[in-house]
Amino acid sequence: MTGHSVISTVVADGPDLGLLHYAFMRRALLASVLVGITAPVVGIYLVQRRLALIGDGLGHVALTGVALGLLTGSAPTLTALVVAMVGAGAVELVRARARASADVLMAVMFYGGIAGGVLLIGLSPGGTPANLTSYLFGAITTTTASDLVVFGALSAAVLLVVGTLAPRLFVATNDEEYARASGLPVTALNTLLAVLTAATVVVSMRVVGLLLISALMIVPNAVGQVTATSFRASLVVAVAVGLVVSVSGTAASFYVDTPSGATIVLLAIAVFLAAVAFSAGRAAVHARRRHHASGHRHEHGPGCGHEALVHGDHVDYVHDGHRHAAHGAQYDEH
Amino acid sequence: MTTPVIALQGVAVGYGDRPVVEDVDLVVWPGDVVALVGANGSGKTTLVRGVLGLAPVLAGRVELLGRPAESFRDRWRLGYVPQRHTVGGGIPSNVQEVVASGRLARRRLLSRPTAADREAVREALEIVGLADRRQAPVATLSGGQQRRTLIARALAAEPDVLIMDEPTAGVDAAGQESLARTLTRLVGQGLTLVVVTHEIEPLLGLLTRVVELREGRIVRDEPLTPSTPVVDLDVARRNA
Repeated sequence: MTGHSVISTVVADGPDLGLLHYAFMRRALLASVLVGITAPVVGIYLVQRRLALIGDGLGHVALTGVALGLLTGSAPTLTALVVAMVGAGAVELVRARARASADVLMAVMFYGGIAGGVLLIGLSPGGTPANLTSYLFGAITTTTASDLVVFGALSAAVLLVVGTLAPRLFVATNDEEYARASGLPVTALNTLLAVLTAATVVVSMRVVGLLLISALMIVPNAVGQVTATSFRASLVVAVAVGLVVSVSGTAASFYVDTPSGATIVLLAIAVFLAAVAFSAGRAAVHARRRHHASGHRHEHGPGCGHEALVHGDHVDYVHDGHRHAAHGAQYDEH
Repeated sequence: MTTPVIALQGVAVGYGDRPVVEDVDLVVWPGDVVALVGANGSGKTTLVRGVLGLAPVLAGRVELLGRPAESFRDRWRLGYVPQRHTVGGGIPSNVQEVVASGRLARRRLLSRPTAADREAVREALEIVGLADRRQAPVATLSGGQQRRTLIARALAAEPDVLIMDEPTAGVDAAGQESLARTLTRLVGQGLTLVVVTHEIEPLLGLLTRVVELREGRIVRDEPLTPSTPVVDLDVARRNA
């Protein structure tokens, strides 16, 4: 990739324009914007369905498709897309029919996907498993102009579909049984989500690698999960994190000459760890307040001497200028 | 002539080919407040799941609001309140989001929520007493508040009947009281209620009818009035 000589040139040209001076970096940054926004938008529904590992799994299945393409001389992305879609359909079928052993069956399918890919590559003339490496780890800095067109089309399609169906996808992934009982087409929505996942993974992994695309679907949403208090806020946080880490990771990989995919993923995980630490700190403060509230010598009750306030379905007691509400064995500060 | 809300004739419900409930004849009329009682494994939840379309009906005839179940499209008219204490998947969602999602099934695809949609959601939050907690993440609520959130979600669709699975299970005494208050208010407005439950005490003032299942068959179906002997109620409790 880029050597240190490049960096010195950049510095000489002025560091601000440095990145955008190179066409491959402009393409890489544009690709990172697209993938940074699109991946978390699909991923939030996977996290909601507690299927965080599905993107990675479908990517493994897609490897068989890649190898099939290389073996038969067809376009690998196309064969990968077909195989991944079949895999996505199989996942839905397995989840619907074999609830108890669904996770084991999925694991079997995903391992079979990798093994199939490696085996078929071995059969194709001159093929070695190394051919699959770029699909696994990729490099956003190798994005070509035509990759960008495909990426742009994928992003537009994903955002359009999710944008129009977001409320329905929310109900179907939030409480599948309730959605079914209220007459929503849950199977169709699940299948659509599986197709979107497969398409996002396959189109992206050719360019940025399976590691990056599957991590970007999930890790930004993990940040949303620990910081936000609503689904909407969680989505906003995830897209913001996805965008920031993919763009800054791409830029950082240029300056410090590290593999782009791994840089972005580790950045995202660093943000996640910071978010966990932040929310743990916040919870500790809450707990201390609660402890203070529960440390009282007496139980509040009618005639305890503290002013009582009816508050919705319970009674608060005014104590040292703040309100206490009985909550199980403890008092909440109100 | 009044149309029954739910009419079952010789119904069997089960999983695979194995029926869990069999030979069920049951008619629920508008305004009925029915407790469906029975021991664990007596099939009461399975029967309700059959009515809701969540478990296959293996035999018999199911009519919902005057239409055969197979051609009944407006499923939101049966307001389902599931048993689970926990709502929400991996991503936090707040009370407002969960309740508003109940309105969705009766909205047309691609349509924006209308003033009537927003009003129905607001009213549902109001009636269960959670209007001031609409921004709270559902996972942070007490068991009783979560149950009321699920009731509000069903109410947001303005259903003809509420079908509740064990509404008082895992809810503390104070929570059960406000739950009973909410249900009393709803019944006062003429809503039909079908409650699957182990314990009928918290809802005694409310119920008009008890249906008891044993080993997959209805063994009792009688009106419940304040004069119903307590001994009779003990049967339901002993089998619970």
